[in-house]
Amino acid sequence: MSQIYRLAEGGRIDRSRTLTFSFNKRKYQGHPGDTLASALLANGVSVVGRSFKYHRPRGIVAAGVEEPNALVQLGTGARTQPNLPATMIELFDGLSAESVNCWPNVDYDVGSITQWFSPIMPAGFYYKTFMWPARYWMAYERVIRRAAGLGKAPTQPDPDIYDKMHTHCDVLVVGGGPAGLAAALAAGRAGARVILVDQQPELGGQLLAERAVVNDEPALDWTNSAARELAGMDDVRMLSRTTAFGYYEHNYVALLERRQTGPSNTANGSRERLWKVRAKQVVLATGAIERPLVFADNDRPGVMLAGAVRQYVNRYGVTPGPRIAVFTNNDDAYRTVLDLADSGVRIAAVVDVRTDPVGELPEKTIARGIEVIKGSAVVRAKGGWRLDTAEVMALDGSAETVTGSVRRIPCDVLAVSGGWNPAIHLFSQSGGKARFLDDTACFVPGASVQAERSAGACNGAFALADCLAEGLAAGASAASAAGFTRKSRRKKPAADTVGEAALRPFWVVPAVGGKRRGKHFLDPHNDVSVADVELAQREGYESSELTKRYTTLGMGTDQGKTGNIHGLAIMAGMRGVDIPTVGTTTFRPPYTPVTFGAFAGRDIGGLYDPVRVTPMHRWHVNAGAKFEDVGQWKRPWYFPQEGETMREAVDRECLATRNAIGILDASTLGKIDIQGPDASELLNRVYTNAWKQLAVGRCRYGLMCTEDGMLFDDGVTTRLGENHYMMSTTSGNAARVLAWIEEWLQTEWPELKVYANSVTESWATAAISGPLARTLLGELTDIDLANDAFPHMSFQEAHVAGFPARIFRVSFTGETSFEINVPASHGLALWTALMDAGEPYGITPFGTETMHVLRAEKGFIIAGQETDGTVTPIDLGMDWAVSKKKDFIGKRSLNRADCVRADRKQLVGLLTENPKDVLPEGAQIVSELKDRPPMEMIGHVTSSYHSANLGHSIALALIKGGRERTGETVHVPLVGGTLTATITDPVFFDPEGARLRG
Amino acid sequence: MLLIHCPWCGPRDEIEFKYGGEAHITRPTEPDALSDTEWADYLFMRTNAKGLHRERWVHSAGCRRWFNVARDTVTNEIFASYKMGEKPPVEGGS
Ligand SMILES: [Zn+2]
Repeated sequence: MSQIYRLAEGGRIDRSRTLTFSFNKRKYQGHPGDTLASALLANGVSVVGRSFKYHRPRGIVAAGVEEPNALVQLGTGARTQPNLPATMIELFDGLSAESVNCWPNVDYDVGSITQWFSPIMPAGFYYKTFMWPARYWMAYERVIRRAAGLGKAPTQPDPDIYDKMHTHCDVLVVGGGPAGLAAALAAGRAGARVILVDQQPELGGQLLAERAVVNDEPALDWTNSAARELAGMDDVRMLSRTTAFGYYEHNYVALLERRQTGPSNTANGSRERLWKVRAKQVVLATGAIERPLVFADNDRPGVMLAGAVRQYVNRYGVTPGPRIAVFTNNDDAYRTVLDLADSGVRIAAVVDVRTDPVGELPEKTIARGIEVIKGSAVVRAKGGWRLDTAEVMALDGSAETVTGSVRRIPCDVLAVSGGWNPAIHLFSQSGGKARFLDDTACFVPGASVQAERSAGACNGAFALADCLAEGLAAGASAASAAGFTRKSRRKKPAADTVGEAALRPFWVVPAVGGKRRGKHFLDPHNDVSVADVELAQREGYESSELTKRYTTLGMGTDQGKTGNIHGLAIMAGMRGVDIPTVGTTTFRPPYTPVTFGAFAGRDIGGLYDPVRVTPMHRWHVNAGAKFEDVGQWKRPWYFPQEGETMREAVDRECLATRNAIGILDASTLGKIDIQGPDASELLNRVYTNAWKQLAVGRCRYGLMCTEDGMLFDDGVTTRLGENHYMMSTTSGNAARVLAWIEEWLQTEWPELKVYANSVTESWATAAISGPLARTLLGELTDIDLANDAFPHMSFQEAHVAGFPARIFRVSFTGETSFEINVPASHGLALWTALMDAGEPYGITPFGTETMHVLRAEKGFIIAGQETDGTVTPIDLGMDWAVSKKKDFIGKRSLNRADCVRADRKQLVGLLTENPKDVLPEGAQIVSELKDRPPMEMIGHVTSSYHSANLGHSIALALIKGGRERTGETVHVPLVGGTLTATITDPVFFDPEGARLRG
Repeated sequence: MLLIHCPWCGPRDEIEFKYGGEAHITRPTEPDALSDTEWADYLFMRTNAKGLHRERWVHSAGCRRWFNVARDTVTNEIFASYKMGEKPPVEGGS
């Protein structure tokens, strides 16, 4: 098919080059400068998709971001992008796109599908469906997902890169139309650092769509000279194809720059850039979006916005059809009429709801012999695949009914205008409240909340002369507010003023005979009709926010940019109030959709989150360790030997540690160096037990609570000197504990003379554990390791294998253990030396899993596994570590009524009836078993393992009043059967602690 | 993204800070002397002001210092930042 609707001349397209593209698998041709939408219209493609709920055929309505129907899937494979409006896609050679919403296909018979869907999806469909039992929703979902087909996400990794930019400026100007250009010129001439952003490929905004005149020349000549002047200013940055999509606190504005518009490739660097701009002052010059008039079957392909029709003719040299009727309530649509007539397009008629349109433009129209049907409205758009007839009736004086006979006007396109809505989205996001203007029947920005001002059409100043004047003033005042007041002697741009008569506020054409036939669409994207909004009102959803959610009005990818205000008008009419009383819904970012790639930027893969490894990491990798993530650390989980399962490896590691010697990389344990005359006092306040009597060289286990009495962290702290301690924390909590100590020192106890500093990564720690640990260490150091010389819970400095070391005799396994700390740079060498010297003793490296099993055999807790922020030390049976005398953080809370309840969950052990069964961690525990839920849940399993040393499974659990229940039988109902267990003491192995003290 | 003025480092993006809740709540010197209700008031009850609110922030990705901010919770306007222990420079509010 050739470009049948391409006009012989005009438009900002390069006719010397022809581009070939495909849409829904058919080949077409267009020119550079086209959008996909303009090229499709040039080729006479009228149906571009199906509607969401009813599967009605849909055509292109708009020429910009507000397009609700022509959403396409662009490209294929890893670079495919869903839900792009065809109006925003710049045409390139080889472009391939498909409708996102054309199940079963674009050309399928209309009627049967419509009838099938219509009754099952009324307003409130989602709401009501979600209220039903979930199984119904699952059934619907399958149908809806296939039917809706709202684009497909790529399934392969994104091959492109995306960047983030952070910048500051004095004045950010959003919008490169006449107002924005004027503002940028004024601010730039005043000497301000300016960023001008515009979403289009070229500057000019609405001027690109118009045959306007500035300074007695074509307006785009002025645009070009303005762009040249701005480009010559050192402190002005212009970003085209860039959308300001979010306006956040303190003038923080987010921009999306599309850097590759043709076929994607990585040669040009990033595909998109996410800009984060902190602006001293912002000028919003975001223009306006035309709104339709609503009548029966107004979604018929061929019904378009009048301004869009004008844009296709003037900017792209395309007429959307050969014979165009116009339906309006304002003078601006007559610009479309006159431009079309100048281009030789046949005007079927102009239907104006006003009885006496007296403006300059209607008068010109009438003078050219074009028929204007006054005081009338289009009641229905008729046709099959596309519009062929507009049915017109007269309005009565109040415009509440239509009267007389129906006049049928044959036409291929109906260009509709209900006036323009200022694009106040960013203003609304900035926190400002909109104000309603009665004469233009639209919302405009009210008082500024942030350092911003609006200029031009987005401020309700629609005339070109006003846009220019407001832009200049806004740019100058923004620059001045930012401290730049240099005066400019440049001539101000001037445009002729056109005498425009007022529009007549008009939203929905009254139904013929009071009974509505056909569908009156407010939101074609989401298939929301007038009837849906009326239903919501009748069902009591009076608030505009509730109506929005109930009907999904304005919730599609276009965010209701065209039809939202009609919904408000209907609500106002039904409630008998005016539109501002109904109020508008809040606009939220993003203004237009933003890709996930842009948000993710380079923070993907290995850069998503830092990976921390210990100095011994390479050894673990070479030994074939399996790793687990503990916070950002990679810790060896277990060290499988050839052919071993995890269970076999862990059993072997556990037995070796209990019977000979095991070695653990404990470098990840948090280490906080605490120094100062008040160090003991600090520990006394943050730990639940007493610290002032701890001798130098001795270690003590401590618990930390938050002020609500709940356990927060635990660890062993050692007194290295009179005023010097080394605190250890759990691996995942090290930063939180340091921040916690700093918070108290800075905010509550600034009088304490003490400093805390993280030294976690300064030290590497190898923990050797087991009956042969002392023998091995004895071979590598010359200090006395005898039990009375180096008892459990003490510390010595020594050389180990020639390296200066701090040795802590502390144990998390229940065996005699030495944690050997050396400067991190010696970590790998120390580890290797220990492995070499330990070989004759069967030294066995073990990972976190074995550590967990061994400590669970001893009933030692792990903060964050046995605790979840709701567990006190008393709940854990650790009264022995809680001082009754001194104050500490959380102490008072332990006496709160809730913390002394007898039925608090308490730490217990569980032994399964069948010793081979291992309970799942997190499983719920019941005392009384019933056939089916609900059953009273009395607790849950916190840790559970097979213990090779004991020959049976063990588990720790938190159970209501658990300590009193020792010996009771409980049940753990699981999918596929119930396990039975007995409540026991949580210490399963060596309760006297003979082994770790020996 | 608030622009927060750290008293030590100057204006920085909110992402560098962590929030610390209402400011000027002093830990009772003798917790054991308080009733459960009085202790709960210290522990749990906050003013949740609409308008002027004095709150704690810490420059966690910067100098790691805690300080106070007087902010309007409706408009997010920040009236002042001031160091721990300093008298609030903004009067009024709750
Ligand atoms: Zn700072």
